[in-house]
Amino acid sequence: MKICISASGKELDSEVDPKFGRCNYFVLIDPDTGAVTSIKNPGSEASSGAGIRAAEAIVRAGAEILLTGSVGPNSFSVLSEAGIEIYSGIRGTVDFALEEYKSGKLVVLKGPNSSPSKA
Amino acid sequence: MKIAIASGKGGTGKTTVAVNFALALEDVQLFDCDVEEPNCHLFLGFDLEPVEEVACLVPEINPDLCTLCRECASFCKYNALAALPNKILSFPSLCHGCGGCSYICPAEAIEEKPRLIGMIEKASSKNSLTFYRGILNIGEVMATPVIRALQRHIDESRPVILDSPPGTACPVLTVMGYADYCVLVTESTPFGFHDFLLALEAARALKLPVGVVLNRDGVGDSRVEDFCRAKGIPILLRIPDERMIARLYSEGIPFIKEMPEWKEKFRNMLKTINTVICKSEGV
Ligand code: SF4
Ligand code: SF4
Repeated sequence: MKICISASGKELDSEVDPKFGRCNYFVLIDPDTGAVTSIKNPGSEASSGAGIRAAEAIVRAGAEILLTGSVGPNSFSVLSEAGIEIYSGIRGTVDFALEEYKSGKLVVLKGPNSSPSKA
Repeated sequence: MKIAIASGKGGTGKTTVAVNFALALEDVQLFDCDVEEPNCHLFLGFDLEPVEEVACLVPEINPDLCTLCRECASFCKYNALAALPNKILSFPSLCHGCGGCSYICPAEAIEEKPRLIGMIEKASSKNSLTFYRGILNIGEVMATPVIRALQRHIDESRPVILDSPPGTACPVLTVMGYADYCVLVTESTPFGFHDFLLALEAARALKLPVGVVLNRDGVGDSRVEDFCRAKGIPILLRIPDERMIARLYSEGIPFIKEMPEWKEKFRNMLKTINTVICKSEGV
């Protein structure tokens, strides 16, 4: 199982970025082994459909749980189609967001909570 | 003769100019190309009838043939396709109908299906003015195919006034690219000036001759005017910030109907434009 967090950098002490489709990086953590990897968000530079590209990338990277902030309708359909559990309300560093998730402070996102970015 | 009425942003009086201009002339056509917010009609009050529906061809993937090779998804530069491990998801609202995915699919698993995105309407023939408008359905983002469909109804033998969408994005360029003259409507305020420059740049990039209509003349400063003088851009018309004009606007009445003295001014504007077009065409 892998937990994915939208972030502005690649490390555990990087700041999170609550904008799912437009963040720079996704940090992936395997809570069982503690292994940390990261991928560049291919959506960050997309002119359209950023969230779709982002969602596709984390599905392919094997994420099963996503911790983020705002998710648009298109991203949401890709993520839910792939069975990814989404939690919103992240803040602080990647590390901190992970702790908040573990202590149950993040809320499950049951539907899109932002509009698709046109730009 | 095809004249685009444009402005760097909405709310500068572009539609007012387009409508009054069209009503002042005889035997012209007015096309509302602002398909996301067509509102010429609010001032005309004509009965409209449907002409055609506009569709965009979008991919439909046959899961029995698809080998999940991902080629379509990585090809689509609008990211309208997402490749999941067990299926390809398509997002028709992002699709530009380029046909690329079905062309490259090695398994021939993609078929193109029309999807309605808007429609074209026209004023019934009992009205004096030939009027057409395009409407983009709510929630759709692809204005360009609707504008293209609209353009196919233009009678090239008569002058046409094109009320362009505001801004400088793709739909505006589609309208400008079709025109042979661009009238930029602006107000002389700092913000107005900034948006005016953006629109001017777009028109220039398309090598379109440009003239300016100053709306609410007398409000703001003289920066648009100074700029135009320095660059040799003609000011075709000044619409003063008059109570009467503002009142008629708020009541949805084209001011030319109540202020017939403006007919002459709009007709002179057409003459000026005509001279420029003839010159640039070398006639
Ligand atoms: S290109 Fe064709 S075969 Fe390949 S994933 Fe797309 S639809 Fe399937
Ligand atoms: S037709 Fe073009 S824009 Fe539409 S999904 Fe296929 S590749 Fe993308």
